[in-house]
Amino acid sequence: MEDDQELERKISGLKTPMAEGERKTALEMVQAAGTDRHCVTFVLHEEDHTLGNSLRYMIMKNPEVEFCGYTTTHPSESKINLRIQTRGALPAVEPFQRGLTELMNVCQHVLDKFEASVKEYKDQKASRNEATF
Amino acid sequence: MAAAQAVEEMRSRVVLGEFGVRNVHTTDFPGNYSGYDDAWDQDRFEKNFRVDVVHMDENSLEFDMVGIDAAIANAFRRILLAEVPTMAVEKVLVYNNTSIVQDEILAHRLGLIPIHADPRLFEYRNQGDEEGTEIDTLQFRLQVRCTRNPHAAKDSSDPNELYVNHKGNQADLFPEGTIRPVHDDILIAQLRPGQEIDLLMHCVKGIGKDHAKFSPVATASYRLLPDITLLEPVEGDAAEELSRCFSPGVIEVQEIQGKKVARVANPRLDTFSREVFRNEKLKKVVRLARVRNHYIFSVESTGVLPPDVLVSEAIKVLMGKCRRFLDELDAVQMD
Repeated sequence: MEDDQELERKISGLKTPMAEGERKTALEMVQAAGTDRHCVTFVLHEEDHTLGNSLRYMIMKNPEVEFCGYTTTHPSESKINLRIQTRGALPAVEPFQRGLTELMNVCQHVLDKFEASVKEYKDQKASRNEATF
Repeated sequence: MAAAQAVEEMRSRVVLGEFGVRNVHTTDFPGNYSGYDDAWDQDRFEKNFRVDVVHMDENSLEFDMVGIDAAIANAFRRILLAEVPTMAVEKVLVYNNTSIVQDEILAHRLGLIPIHADPRLFEYRNQGDEEGTEIDTLQFRLQVRCTRNPHAAKDSSDPNELYVNHKGNQADLFPEGTIRPVHDDILIAQLRPGQEIDLLMHCVKGIGKDHAKFSPVATASYRLLPDITLLEPVEGDAAEELSRCFSPGVIEVQEIQGKKVARVANPRLDTFSREVFRNEKLKKVVRLARVRNHYIFSVESTGVLPPDVLVSEAIKVLMGKCRRFLDELDAVQMD
């Protein structure tokens, strides 16, 4: 198909040279030629539904995003394709970054609330044990 | 208005019908519902979110998470099962094995034994490193021999067993006896007189994705809070029948002015056997649903780490993943 021939594969990711000269990319961005930067497919290596689905949810909550979806390419390969299309001319990297930051903030808040709740439960149990003596 | 109620139900409840489940997927994304602002708002999330610990003891934890979406709750569950690291036996060097259990079966069983060592104090072993250093490996020795006891009436075995760890300054960091298997009564193999096992085990840090022996939880699961509504008042014998259709404690039958009236007392206890749909009269009276954003988590630890520590570690793993991609993006944008 025409699209395949014109597909620009922009491999951008931190290349860490390993002992035997291998490269380990964690993130790639694939973009069809002719479109501007508002439709991009991100290829995330060594990831699966754990990050894929939660990241997709956070990105979909952004009103500037027209389309966001992810797929696991094949069960033997551990990578996901995450596609973002934005409304207007907003570069697709921006909602991706915002989604990651918001997911981190959610996790931080969940962690704080969980630890506070555990501490409260332990204190309550300790005071109940003291009260029986 | 009925339309507004229907929209609320679609947004907030997963409805269990007689032949299928409706409203399963999350639909509250911006633009789907007119009149609702569904864009992500951290303050609104923080206001509506809460965590309540229901029960906690040294190996199991039950807690509620309210106000979060399925994608994130499921991410925590998946991480608890597969991505929180632990220490487990990886390499077994067999010096002598005259038991009837084959070497590889014995090595497999040893790998599955939970080891009581805090994985946060160790590093992952580098690929290609055969020997192992003190920061990434634990070494155990197992020496057992079965001899005949001449003083017993029936023959019984007389084993000498040693589990010893050493290596570098680990002896300073970990006082004698703290690095050990979680349970000291796990049967590894049965021996007859004259049989002997003498082997050396290396324990490394790993995650459940690599091999299930590294999974720190017996299991971690969640369910959604049940929501049972009676669409009409149920009285008399029908009330008694209704209370038998659900798990005990869910429906309470009260005597009001001489009549027996059914009331939903504690829907949390229900396991949704859907017995009520087999009753022609009662199935029209009840609406079975689940609250979409209220998760009842149940985490059982194998004993390596306390379950509340496991949940905290799981949340930190998800944060670590996000941070890794944010760093990648920053590195890319600087090029």
